[in-house]
Amino acid sequence: MSRPRVIPGFGLSLGTTVVFLALATLLPLGALVLKSAGLTWAEFWGYISDSRALAAYRVTLLAAGAATFLNLVLGVLTAWILVRYEFPGRRLLDAAIDLPFALPTAVAGIALATLTVPAGPVGALFAGFGIKIAYAFPGIVLAMTFTSLPFVVRTVQPVLADLEPALEEAAASLGAGPFTTFRRVILPELRPAIIAGGTLALVRSLGEFGAVVFIAGNLPFQTEIAALLIYIRMDEFDYVGAAALATAILAFALTLLVAMNLWQGRLYRRLHG
Amino acid sequence: MKRFPLLLSILGLAATVASAQTEILNASYDISRELFAEVNAAFIPAYKASGGGELTIKQSHGGSSRQARAILEGLKADVVTFNQVNDVQLLADNKFVAKDWAARFPHGSSPYFSVHSILVRKGNPKGIKDWADLAKAGVTIVQVNPKTGGNGRYAVLAYYAAGLQAFNNDAAQARALTKKILANVVVFESGGRTATSTFTEREIGDVLVTFEAETLALASAPGSAYQVITPSVSVLAEFPVAVVEKVAAKRGTAAVAKAYLDFLYTPQGQEIVAKNHYRPRDAGVAARYAAKLTPVKTVEVDAFFGGWEKVTKQFFDNGALVDTLLKEVAAERIN
Amino acid sequence: MSARVSETTRAGLRGHPGRIALVLTGAGAVGLLISLPLGAVFYYALREGWAAYFGYLLAPDTRHAIGLSLLAAGVALPVNTVFGLCAAWALAKFTFPGRRLLISLIELPLSISPIIIGVGYLFVFGLQGVLGPWLDDHGISMAFNVTSVVIVTTIVTSPYVFRELLPLMLAQGTQEEQAAVSLGAGAWKTFFRVTLPNVKWALFYGLTLSFARSLGEFGSVAVVSGAVRGETNTLTLQIDLLYHDQVQTAAFAVASVLTSFALVTLLIKTWVERRESVDSP
Repeated sequence: MSRPRVIPGFGLSLGTTVVFLALATLLPLGALVLKSAGLTWAEFWGYISDSRALAAYRVTLLAAGAATFLNLVLGVLTAWILVRYEFPGRRLLDAAIDLPFALPTAVAGIALATLTVPAGPVGALFAGFGIKIAYAFPGIVLAMTFTSLPFVVRTVQPVLADLEPALEEAAASLGAGPFTTFRRVILPELRPAIIAGGTLALVRSLGEFGAVVFIAGNLPFQTEIAALLIYIRMDEFDYVGAAALATAILAFALTLLVAMNLWQGRLYRRLHG
Repeated sequence: MKRFPLLLSILGLAATVASAQTEILNASYDISRELFAEVNAAFIPAYKASGGGELTIKQSHGGSSRQARAILEGLKADVVTFNQVNDVQLLADNKFVAKDWAARFPHGSSPYFSVHSILVRKGNPKGIKDWADLAKAGVTIVQVNPKTGGNGRYAVLAYYAAGLQAFNNDAAQARALTKKILANVVVFESGGRTATSTFTEREIGDVLVTFEAETLALASAPGSAYQVITPSVSVLAEFPVAVVEKVAAKRGTAAVAKAYLDFLYTPQGQEIVAKNHYRPRDAGVAARYAAKLTPVKTVEVDAFFGGWEKVTKQFFDNGALVDTLLKEVAAERIN
Repeated sequence: MSARVSETTRAGLRGHPGRIALVLTGAGAVGLLISLPLGAVFYYALREGWAAYFGYLLAPDTRHAIGLSLLAAGVALPVNTVFGLCAAWALAKFTFPGRRLLISLIELPLSISPIIIGVGYLFVFGLQGVLGPWLDDHGISMAFNVTSVVIVTTIVTSPYVFRELLPLMLAQGTQEEQAAVSLGAGAWKTFFRVTLPNVKWALFYGLTLSFARSLGEFGSVAVVSGAVRGETNTLTLQIDLLYHDQVQTAAFAVASVLTSFALVTLLIKTWVERRESVDSP
């Protein structure tokens, strides 16, 4: 991995990167942390563990967890059919997977909300069974599932494509059924990609705001997500409270990400020597 | 600024370009969009006719607490037209607005007022007659989040006042009624207009609780699918206005800002106010709209609840009554 | 996030009910999840006819919002390009301690709620913030105006060019650059003649994605804008405003502009990936 530094431009490029990063990301985030740094631990803990905040974390984590689970199932299945089978509309489906990345989340939010309110076409269908989507928990899960849909598909797809068909053929010739082959042979190979994609999807869902606010109903203790609570704390002029909440969530997201990046690095080295 | 001559000259240039056409920004609460569109359309020619020159009025709408905060953070609004006194007071406490702002214009600087009322779907399928009916099982309510908008706060105060009135000032019973009603809220929206569109466009809820100005506008539209229920008691909602002196002084707009707010008190301004279903201060205008804006028994925040400061502590602060009630509601729902 | 899948032979479905079931389930679920909102945007946008549609788009406040969003995206784009190229160069061509942490930090805006970035920005540049009061004393206002909208848009979309470039530049290694340098090419020449041509398609896609995301940024802008109509309202804030103002058709008309842009982005991505597989056999 170590490369001789004959290539020019290290100082310039790294310098620009670090300066930009410092101004653009670290300055505002630093100000946030600074704002909550004035607090004692007890006060900070008070802010981030008050019952409404706890309820908001719970809603956010549960919904993001459910969305990630759906994404894992749907993502692996989609990656599988895209890589393994030829069917009409395959290329279209492949291209369409990335739509949630390119589509502004606010647009996704109003479209999903309009579809799933009881008076909307999809909402009416479910209302017949007494199921509420918009302005209830399932709406949050739906919005998060939509906005993080591409992650698992796009991490699993290339790994699946590189998998040796011989492996499966061997398993099949040894008498393993297709399900056993998938569970015992293919899934272990996919596991790193699935976990990486799942983490990305989870982190994205935890931070999703635009799509969720339009569909959530925003009932404190029930359908209020953590990002919205920060927004509300700002509106209440409770800056320190907002900063404390934001710092806590920031630390959580950063921990998840750094852990995944370190772990991916190890994976990368394992795969590529 | 003397240390930055170049910057100064650029700003000076910008200022001369700007002064050819005066511009003011009115930061207002959420549902005043139509009201001020009409007020602005009337004031601009009136201002020009009085020798004031070309004027552009920009609007910003949102929950009035959010607007107050935005101004403290740097939103350059010349005037505020809010729906809650303590949001202007916050600006006064931070020296953006004159300390004696309430005395700067007549009627405590509140050119019009309103009350909270109930909007139901046509035919009133749930048989709602008064606040107490909102506590019935199976009634679903849409209202503004009391933590972020004056609109939502007046609603909660109205529930509580209704409880006190019904149960001979028994605070425990008033609390119980408020809790039951809050338990029936299905959406807390961030602003008044958002709540309206959730009720009308998304067809959520049996009941919309908001200012009478909004419910009357919706019910009186041709072919309206809604009707207004006027409750037996409501909380008097004043709509305070003020010049944001700190901004206006810097931008040289103090005079036009004052003229703009004065205009709201003129018969022409009061007529527009009443046409938009707010209750005017002008007796003559009020008389003409008496059939529409029927008398309601109201209680005042100052006299009845002891002022906004006390109300905020008791009801709306972190961990105060609203939080406690919502927490109890959520806990009961989960178990 | 692009999957550079090598073309393997794919199995047909004929005579395999199990495969058909898998394809129907997967393609059906994902297809519905994507096409329903997409269809809804255009259906609701056009339900009052084309005349009304263009009427909504040409309303003065909406036109201004389009202009402001284009301005924000137009500023964000070159800044993020320079940043993305620098960062990808430093991180792909060199190893140094803290490299992984740096990648995490660069990609942070993708993972945290844009609300947090907006709030952090106000803590620095708002009148109650760290630098805001000093700037205000010197006549510079950086909160609740066009400047703040443009800056937070740039911050939130800063990782997009970078993350398209990094995997490709890592995969390409440094041999070509080393060869160029050993042949006496200068730094800039190496960059413009060797590196840039190798990544031009990924860069192009990164640019489009960055542009589409800046046009569509919502959460952070909502925090710092002040929502002054015809002044600091971006396209997404205009959608928010119209959506809640009982002019849903107008909201969806504006949304359809952004959606069309997203579709163009996908087209470009598909095209770029095809070019890449042609360029690197």
